Order: sequence, then structure tokens, then C-alpha cells
Amino acid sequence: MADVAAQTPRMPSAGRWRSLADVYVARSKTSIQLAVQYRFNLVVDLVLTTAEPIVYLAVWQLVANSSGGEVDGFTSGRFAAYYVTFGFVRLCMQSGSPGNWQHLVQRGDLSGYLLLPLHPVHIDMATWLGFCLARAVAWVPVGAILVVAYRPDFDTSVWQVAAFIASLVPALVMRTLINDIIGMTSFWFVSIVAIDGVMRIAENLLSGRIVPPDLLPGWAQTLSKALPFEWGFAFPIEALIGPISTAALLRGLAMQLLWVVVLWMLMRLVWRRGVRRYGAVSG
Amino acid sequence: MTDTTRARADRVRHAAEITAVHLRVTAHNELQYRANFFFQLLQTAWQVIGGLVVVALVYSKTPELNGWRRGELLAAVGVFTMIGGLLRAVVYPPLQQMMDDVGKGDFDHTLTQPADAQLLVSVRGINIWQLTDVVVGAVIVAVAIPDLPSGVSASDAAAFIVLLVAGAAITYWMWLSLSCLVFWVIELPFMSNLMHYVTRAAQYPIGIYPAWLRVSMTVIVPLGIAVTAPAEAIASRLSWVTAASAIAVAAVLGVFSRWLWQRALRRYSGASA
Repeated sequence: MADVAAQTPRMPSAGRWRSLADVYVARSKTSIQLAVQYRFNLVVDLVLTTAEPIVYLAVWQLVANSSGGEVDGFTSGRFAAYYVTFGFVRLCMQSGSPGNWQHLVQRGDLSGYLLLPLHPVHIDMATWLGFCLARAVAWVPVGAILVVAYRPDFDTSVWQVAAFIASLVPALVMRTLINDIIGMTSFWFVSIVAIDGVMRIAENLLSGRIVPPDLLPGWAQTLSKALPFEWGFAFPIEALIGPISTAALLRGLAMQLLWVVVLWMLMRLVWRRGVRRYGAVSG
Repeated sequence: MTDTTRARADRVRHAAEITAVHLRVTAHNELQYRANFFFQLLQTAWQVIGGLVVVALVYSKTPELNGWRRGELLAAVGVFTMIGGLLRAVVYPPLQQMMDDVGKGDFDHTLTQPADAQLLVSVRGINIWQLTDVVVGAVIVAVAIPDLPSGVSASDAAAFIVLLVAGAAITYWMWLSLSCLVFWVIELPFMSNLMHYVTRAAQYPIGIYPAWLRVSMTVIVPLGIAVTAPAEAIASRLSWVTAASAIAVAAVLGVFSRWLWQRALRRYSGASA
């Protein structure tokens, strides 16, 4: 199986990109239909992902109020803008758990994917892109309620809105690739729960989820700028809430593209080495 | 000793034997993956660093958070780490397995065993390495004690232990009640997300939240009171209202979850096994 699996069957060269686009459209449509079919799960997801930033917002607004109305330039309204946008971005950035890879490898279900004429990562990306679209639409009424309740202070231009929308796709791609790379360590380890846990905590600390990156100590800010997490999470939020210069917007988008390329190459490397170790008797 | 008392004692002994056998099997299974202990330690260390960074950041900007001082919030982080560790080690894995079994029809096997089904589903598949969090949480509480403004009296320590047990019971019964939903809706894909977000919301004492969130974290998702009550006890901030709320929530959830479990079992019809 390993020799056969080392080379994923390739799409015919003619119309390859069009076929790939067709796959993305079809998978995304399926995800949207699934999200609509299981509306209860969609609503629970909305409530849960909204609860997390609301808790952080409550804490930081309390800190801002007890320290003269602002913390390092963050007023109560700016915290509200950050965490309301946080809820939307978090909802859009949900992608497949690395644990799915563990199941695929251990149960031999990956064999089926190896017969498809495209990389399994494309299936993941297309699937979560569809869910992202469905959730984004479902979030609109929740966002409206949050805006009325918390009166966020946005400093936003048309360019920032365009940059925000443009940044969501590479952010989702980055997160999917990171999850898939961690998941592919299943080729070497029986259980990847602990590896995933360590990565998840690093992500929480350095992506801007626990606290806006601007409030981190200097060394942590330097570290978070050197890793992909902040560019895949806090950057889209900061792009929307402002104030941010055009140069910073362009630099952020460029960093996202750079990380997409780096993570893609890393994923290819891990995949090629890992799939050679893969041996399944069923699937 | 009457026949009833003897029968009850036999049932308790049988339950204890079943629990011991499952724990032994689980320990043997988990000890095969000793490297996971070090990953778990690393994971717990990161988690604790995360909690401490937030505490340090918050108190670098303000001397107190709605009356909570640095040492008191640190103790709350310790309690949160302990309760969260219990949830991830002892509560979530077995109940997740139960939900998977119900979805696949494999739950029939459990029902045919000559023991209480709730006991059986609650003692298997425990993740012993996650118990590292409980130990680390206890260390954080111990480190926080010298920083507590009013010290720790014997009554504070006793209340802390009682309320920690109540908090652990609330956590188990809350999750059991939620897991019972699987008998009605077959699949609950949001449960892992629920664990993530609910535990995150419970990491701060509920006293710092606005009223609506405070009530929600006591009544709707009572993990907030499960963490806050022991944290308040060790910080000498415990009020009778909080203590009574925690005990009352534990008692009500205990009765409710057992009632719900029995109703859920009556609803189960395995597809196959």
C-alpha cells in the first residue's frame, strides 16, 4: 500500500484547475447544505463561539474601567470592537480537527482518499470553506445584537473592509494547513492528542485569542509576529477595527501569503514522508 | 445487619470492584504510552503559563479586578486548572465514548452487563495523564496561598475541600446530563467545542462578570459556580449565598442527572451491536 500510496493519482493536466475549482464548489455546497440541515448544531456553534469573546470582553472592559477608561490605548469601545469581530473570525476559522487524521490513519480510511485524483488537504479546505460561508451568514443577526449591546468603536475605511474580507481566505487556509500538518503526525504517533494540545495552547496564547497582541509583553509580541498564528487570527480583526495604515494592511496580507506558501511546502514534505509509512489492510 | 443493608453493602462493594478493575485496565493501557505523560506535562505547563500571563497582564494594568486581588485570582486559576483537569481526565473521555457507542448501537453491550450502566459508562476510558492538571492546579493553589491577603484558616481549608468535591460532582453531573441528549438526537458533534468554550468561560471567578453572565454560569452552565465556590473559600471570600448555591446546584444536578439517565435508557433502542 505504501508504494502505491506514495503517489496520489493526478488529475488530467487538461482542465486540471477547472476540475479542482469544481471540486471546491461541490464540496462547499455540500457543507452549506449540511450546515442548513443540522440547524440546531449551527445555532449551538454560534452561541458557543460567541460566548468565548464575551467572557474576555467582560474581563478587559472591567480592567479598562478600573484603570481610567483605557488599557494601552484600548478603550472599552475598542475592546468591544476587537471581541465582536473576534467572534466572527473565530466562527469562520473553525476547521477540521487533527484528530480526524488520527482516525483516518488508524482505521485505514485514508486508503479511500489516496485513490482520489486530488490531495486530501483540498477536500478539507473546500469542506471548511463551505461551513465558513454558512456560519458567516448565520452570524449576522448575532453580530447585530452584539453591536447594539456593546456599542463597539470601529475606526474602519472601505479599504480595511476589503482587506478584512481578503484576509479571511488565507487565514482559513493557514489554519487548515496547520491542523492537517499536526494531524499528519499520526503517520508516526499512535496518539497525537498531546501534540495537538501543545500546539493549541501556543495558538491560544500567540494568536490574539486570549488577549489582543498589542497588550502582550514585548518578547511575546516579537514571538507572535514570527509565528503564523497572529497573522491567521488577530490580523484580520485588526484590519477591520483599525486604526491601521495602508502599509500595515499590505504587510499583513503579504505575511499571510508567505505563511500559506511556507505551510503548504511543510505540509507537502510531511505528507510525502508520512504517507510512505502508511500501511492499511482495509479502508 | 438487615437483608436490605447487606444487599446495599454488597452493591457498593461490587461497584467498587468494577471501578477498581476498570481503573487498573485503563492504567495499564495508558502506561503503554508513557511519552504522553511528558507531552501532557508540557501541555499543562503551557496552559498554566497562559493563565499566569493573563493574570500578570491584568494586574499590571489594575491593582484589583472587581475586588479580586492578584493572589486570589491566582488561587482561582489553580482551582480552574484542577476542575478542568478532572473534566478532561475523568468526565469527558468516558462520556464521549458512551455517546459514540449510542450512535453506533454498541451501547447494547453495556446494557447487558450485570452492573449499573451509569457506573460502567463513567469508569472506562479515563485519561490518566490529564490528571497532571489536577496536581499542577493544586501546586498553583499552594503557591497562591502566601499571597492571599487574609491567609487561610482551618474553616477556609475545610470549606475549600467540601466545595471542591461539590464542584467536581457538579462537573460530572452537568456533563452526564448533557451527554444524555444523545439518546434523543443521536449525534452531538458540538460537545468537544462545548467543553472547550465552557471551560474557558469558567476560568475566572463569576463575581467579575456582569449579572446575566453570572446567573448563566451558576444555573444554565453551572461550571462557573463549580470553580468559583472553592476559589472563594480558599481566598476567605466565601459568602453563604455562594456556598449554599454550590451545594444546592450539586444536589439538584445529582437528582436530575440520575432521573434523566433513567429516562434516556428507556428511550434507547440499539440499531445493532
